[in-house]
Amino acid sequence: MTSTLAPRRKRGTVVRAGDRIFSGLSTSAGILILLVLAGVAAFLTIEGVPGILANPDEVKSGQSFWPYVWPLVYGTLIAATVALIIATPVAVGVALFISHYSPRKLGQILGYLVDLLAAVPSVVYGLWGIQFLAPNMVPVYTWLEDNLGFVPFFAGPASATGRTIMTACIVLAVMILPIMTAICREIFLQTPRLHEEAALALGATRWEMARLAIFPYARSGIVSAAMLGLGRALGETLAVAMVLSVTAGTVTANLISSTNPSTIAANIALSFGEASGKTVNVLIASGLVLFVITFLVNFAARSVVDRRKEFSGAN
Amino acid sequence: MAKSIDVSDLNIYYGDFLAVEDVTIPIAAKSVTAFIGPSGCGKSTFLRSLNRMHEVIRGARVEGKVLIDGQDLYGADMDPVNVRRMIGMVFQRPNPFPTMSIYDNVLAGQKLNSKRMKKSESDDIVERSLRSAGLWAEVKDRLDRPGSGLSGGQQQRLCIARAISVEPEILLMDEPCSALDPISTSVIEDLIHELKSQYTIVIVTHNMQQAARVSDETAFFNLSGVGKPGRLIEVGRTETIFSNPTDPATEAYIQGRFG
Amino acid sequence: MTTTLSPQTPGSGPLDVQQELYGAQLPSWGSKAVVGLALVVGAALYLTGTNLVLAALAVWVVSLGLPVWSVVVEGRRKATDRLVTVLVTSAFALAMFPLVSILYTVISKGTKVLSAEFFTYSMRNVVGEGGGIYQALVGTLLITGAAAVISIPIGIFAAIYLVEYADGNRLSRWIRFLVDVMTGIPSIVAGLFAYALFVVFFGEGVRMGIGGSVALSVLMIPVLVRSTEEMLKLVPNELREASYALGVPKWRTVAKVVLPTALAGIVTGITLAIARVIGETAPLLIIAGATDSVNFNLFDGRMATLPVFAYQSIRSPGIPPEFSIDRAWGAALTLLLIVMLLNLIARLVSYFFSPKGER
Repeated sequence: MTSTLAPRRKRGTVVRAGDRIFSGLSTSAGILILLVLAGVAAFLTIEGVPGILANPDEVKSGQSFWPYVWPLVYGTLIAATVALIIATPVAVGVALFISHYSPRKLGQILGYLVDLLAAVPSVVYGLWGIQFLAPNMVPVYTWLEDNLGFVPFFAGPASATGRTIMTACIVLAVMILPIMTAICREIFLQTPRLHEEAALALGATRWEMARLAIFPYARSGIVSAAMLGLGRALGETLAVAMVLSVTAGTVTANLISSTNPSTIAANIALSFGEASGKTVNVLIASGLVLFVITFLVNFAARSVVDRRKEFSGAN
Repeated sequence: MAKSIDVSDLNIYYGDFLAVEDVTIPIAAKSVTAFIGPSGCGKSTFLRSLNRMHEVIRGARVEGKVLIDGQDLYGADMDPVNVRRMIGMVFQRPNPFPTMSIYDNVLAGQKLNSKRMKKSESDDIVERSLRSAGLWAEVKDRLDRPGSGLSGGQQQRLCIARAISVEPEILLMDEPCSALDPISTSVIEDLIHELKSQYTIVIVTHNMQQAARVSDETAFFNLSGVGKPGRLIEVGRTETIFSNPTDPATEAYIQGRFG
Repeated sequence: MTTTLSPQTPGSGPLDVQQELYGAQLPSWGSKAVVGLALVVGAALYLTGTNLVLAALAVWVVSLGLPVWSVVVEGRRKATDRLVTVLVTSAFALAMFPLVSILYTVISKGTKVLSAEFFTYSMRNVVGEGGGIYQALVGTLLITGAAAVISIPIGIFAAIYLVEYADGNRLSRWIRFLVDVMTGIPSIVAGLFAYALFVVFFGEGVRMGIGGSVALSVLMIPVLVRSTEEMLKLVPNELREASYALGVPKWRTVAKVVLPTALAGIVTGITLAIARVIGETAPLLIIAGATDSVNFNLFDGRMATLPVFAYQSIRSPGIPPEFSIDRAWGAALTLLLIVMLLNLIARLVSYFFSPKGER
């Protein structure tokens, strides 16, 4: 940075006390935010490192840290990825519907309806997932096992309660839908009108217009929306903790059986209450791992967003 | 009331960019001085340097002297905030505060600085300022309504009332009529004539007829070239500048041959 | 070309152009008819006892008949277009399905337990039927309130720094970027942070309401900074200049012109931020814990909150489980009502209190 941006002392500048206090307050608030973020990393590290170094016989699971956390990382990644695979096409579709298919006046109301999904607390999602979605998914899983059982994902045996990783993924997909839709919608609406009209004037159908004018323009925006959604899905706790019926240490590709891997966040929520001693440190260390993963994903997503300056940043 | 301005050898910079070069101009008390010239020639920048408003932009600084009745505006102990209390400003687009009523807008200079006043005193100021701005008759029954509900011309006169309610010595106007219709413009021009008896007025305008109509003195600014700083070409009695300018560039501009 | 544009029967013209212009089309009622048929089939299946998910699937499959019909009559391009329209519309219907389903489930299961007793009694010494969520309501309000008290000044001042003082310097760009990244911090990590922080001072196993507030603040501050920043940026620069020109110092300009002008937007942002964190469960589970008793002291011991209460009630319902599960739905409904109410308030504030006539 060149020195031109540093505040130059102007001739005859008298700094008032009020101004000094006010700018001091706001500058320190800004710096405080950086400190909080650093504090999150620092305190998780301080309390987490003893967990990483803990002896297997000191902790409840009887395992050393990495073998303990690996299945959780696997579960976290698989749940978030499947959720993302479900949510992305739906989010793009919904955004396209709101921005280009629904009547203009209706668009805002429809957008608001989708935003309402973001307002539902995660514990309510959890309740809904466990009491409504899971039982209703059971026949679907049975059908999948019977007809697509040769695919490793649907190998079965199908869970009788429906509390599978697949159900958790669907709940997660619904939960990340609003933010992804909001970002996609914003970007679709920013497509230069001229490009769209040029495509239509060439005799394109509405879909061909979308393919020719909207998607090329919006590609990087969709990518960053997906990554932000991924970040959310990685960190979601309660819905997964409530829906999933967990078997510790599972690593499996099977999405519909009754033995499921847990996720880092859900595992912390489920185990923290009864944990004591080094077990707490192990859980905090696993939280640190989650923090690092989500931080990297969000960092990457925001870098993509920041590179596109046209996009003003929904949420 | 009403002070003279004496500018000598003023250079205005934005960072390392020299925006206005070497301006020397005397402005008499209780007169109207118009700045004319093509867009981007630095006349607005120069106007803003007269009450240190240009300092709002980071990196802006000046070299040279601006004397207000002999007092250096950029002296070491000068507070730009106090300078601005002494030198009021009216902007290109009317900008009443949307959160305030007409009454509060007129008193904004006092209210924003938390000056305590008796009700009768503030009533007096409001009435006097609005009368001076020629707005009193139109708004006296709705002083508690938001200022943004007025028409463009009324809003601009409200802004003038706001500027003069703090009893400044000098009034700077940056193209005050460019966003207004001809009728509102003529009302404001009449107002400038009346305000001249109390204030030193400096007005930037793109409208040559307006400069001819309202001003005693006219200063013509021009760019010496693309990317070069703006300069003061000539200044003199308005009649002289319009009828018999010294510089060919001034004549060309006034006759509409360029700019 | 001497094509006459008089109406002709499709396909009868001598030129391909006419083929194009008068190409065969589905009747205008075509799409409505197919969608109607699909809905009728779905409803019939559901009412005759088919699983809801499968019935919904059936609706969708029948809707796909539209592009199939189109490919026969109108040709490939039109059919693809219709297919995408069906897909896009059904994506929206699919997104609305959980919303409707959640609202319906929560309301239908939650309303039956709502009563005066439910709101005014705690769970202390309650086994089986009865009891209420008083302790959780108190805890939620206290913890969220304290979080708001911590976050609002920090968030607003940081936004003021970014918009009014930083002038795009390197520090501000870092703050802006990291605030964005911070919005993605998992809530459970915020809870662990609060715990790790408090353990240092209070020793192992610490549970405190204020810890929950700290955790929620970590989640709330970035949201507040972003929304406030957007609102401050919307304040026209002309107003700042008008104020400076009146000889008003910068800090008074910010405090008395910029903030009041942006006030409605800022309040809306605050309300939405509160709505976002009031439903957070995971961090409170970690640091605030759960209890059956009323606790008014943020600095002393466990504190119940609505979301944690709902979670615990479903997680360990006790015997018999029905009453506890009912209470979970009741708490969920209460929470949902609070969140929706906050959202509504936010919309109303921004609708009614924004300065009028602003450009």
